[in-house]
Amino acid sequence: MPAISRDEVAHLARLARLAVTEDELDLFAGQLDVILGAVARVGEVAADDIPPTSHAVPLSNVFRPDELRPGLNQEQALAGAPAVEEGRFRVPRILDEEPLAGSGISGEEA
Amino acid sequence: MTDLTRLTAAELAAGIHSREVSAVEVAQAHLDRIAEVDGDAGRGVHAFLHVAADAALASAALVDEAIGAGSAPASPLAGVPLALKDVFTTIDMPTTAGSKILEGWRPPYDATVTARLRAAGITILGKTNMDEFAMGSSTEHSAYGVTRNPWDGTRVPGGSGGGSASALAAFEAPLSVGTDTGGSIRQPAAFTGTVGVKPTYGGVSRYGLIACASSLDQGGPCARTVLDAALLHEVLAGYDPLDSTSIDAAVPAVVEAARAGASGDLAGLKVGVVRELGGEGYQPGVRASFDAALQLLEKLGAEIVEVSCPHFEYGLAAYYLILPSEVSSNLARFDAMRYGLRVQVADTGSAEEVMAATREAGFGAEVKRRIMLGTYALSSGYYDAYYGQAQKVRTLISRDFAAAFERADVLVSPTAPTTAFPIGDKVDDPLAMYLNDLATIPTNLAGTAAMSVPSGLARDQHGGVELPVGLQIMAPALGEAVMYRVGAAFEAVRDAEQDGPLIRRVREWS
Repeated sequence: MPAISRDEVAHLARLARLAVTEDELDLFAGQLDVILGAVARVGEVAADDIPPTSHAVPLSNVFRPDELRPGLNQEQALAGAPAVEEGRFRVPRILDEEPLAGSGISGEEA
Repeated sequence: MTDLTRLTAAELAAGIHSREVSAVEVAQAHLDRIAEVDGDAGRGVHAFLHVAADAALASAALVDEAIGAGSAPASPLAGVPLALKDVFTTIDMPTTAGSKILEGWRPPYDATVTARLRAAGITILGKTNMDEFAMGSSTEHSAYGVTRNPWDGTRVPGGSGGGSASALAAFEAPLSVGTDTGGSIRQPAAFTGTVGVKPTYGGVSRYGLIACASSLDQGGPCARTVLDAALLHEVLAGYDPLDSTSIDAAVPAVVEAARAGASGDLAGLKVGVVRELGGEGYQPGVRASFDAALQLLEKLGAEIVEVSCPHFEYGLAAYYLILPSEVSSNLARFDAMRYGLRVQVADTGSAEEVMAATREAGFGAEVKRRIMLGTYALSSGYYDAYYGQAQKVRTLISRDFAAAFERADVLVSPTAPTTAFPIGDKVDDPLAMYLNDLATIPTNLAGTAAMSVPSGLARDQHGGVELPVGLQIMAPALGEAVMYRVGAAFEAVRDAEQDGPLIRRVREWS
């Protein structure tokens, strides 16, 4: 039995915001199954009482002085944007077109 | 001076600082060489994605001007040309990380590494090719086409930093900068007969380094000699308040260590051979070169001891869970809203649809695979068995290193299990590609330091020309000095015994 099904891969692609094609699903499902089979080896290690390491350097609470320093100005921050309007990032609609129940606001961009 | 592109960075610096040759002449010689051999992905080395000829010449002219006015050079490498991996942001050059999703992007700020290079008066020639977002071991996963290995144009240069390594081996630059997440500096160094160093995690700032896996990524120097790598190491390394994982400690004195090592005495030093990094799965020619390297180290007076790191065999599995998990999180920033590619979805496409269509079009197959793998490993229900368990294995690998460094000052292994493989050989088999990183990954998981130094040549089962093999030298965290000392000593004795530097045996590119 495969470790991961084609349907599960389609679900992962949706979660990861990747509009993968049907052909890619066939390809990736097989490849991810092989990779997962190999990486599942970590389970062979008896590590019940071993603490996890998320980071190799034992640093915590790294602070710097709370001093003003220059950041990006508006023009610099917007320089690489795909679309700009009135000094702001212009983005596709982020809400449904139907008015939100009880909110009194419409999803359409004004 | 004769052919400026054949000199080491140290030699070039000496010539420039004594006004025997100008930094502009040196920059021009390298730009000419790039124009001659770099070509495009179809023909040519294709180490560069962007060549900044005008900026390079302007920067070199400033160095000449300062030296002419009697000022001390800005650094020991002022005026020396360098190739920068296209994963470091540069305000005056495009930065793509080898991805279509960042095609043509001009970052609004310089990486700390970029800023340090500029402050040191180093001439940045341009940006080098790489596997997309540093995911790959062959540079075949670049969205802009493969980089070729100067030793044999049908072979890969390794990856992800194949551009930075090939630029050195093709004499397009005497210095380059790479990044090493699982071997992306060391394995290309081994494949191209050059020197590559992965510093201690936190030793070189990650500010402005486009993230692959944040807990593993580390920038470092690439060069054709150990001394040149050391000189560049001291430019790149040092505390940076803009990187919260930067180590606030003195930079190890690696130049001094490299100079001391070149005298060739390793008496009293213990070199540990890691039993688990060798043998089965390693090409016979690679094993032979490694055995010969051990004999040379012994000849230098080092004591060879065998050490065991029993959890290293799980390193690859742990890495390919931890890395994709961090990748899936880091690459969420490519959302088609603030910078980079945006693919329109009809007129009514929602932000979510635009995001998914953009990421589908902008990312290559390997990046998508790793994003999905990481998304899976972090999902509830699988988290403990995959990501959680991998993090525990990471602890055990660090403990293996700690125990081994109780018994030896440095550890050694072959850098990669094989020599450079043919272009196209592994690109459709992700797992076979991952196996390249077998020997380099433990160092990244533990955050320790390691370097690859050329050890010899070997022919593989495909026949053809002999190809370079690398010796990996591993040191404890912040133990770079002893690592450079051993590397320089080994380089000196290998060159003396085997007819000069290995890199002289690279064929002339045609």
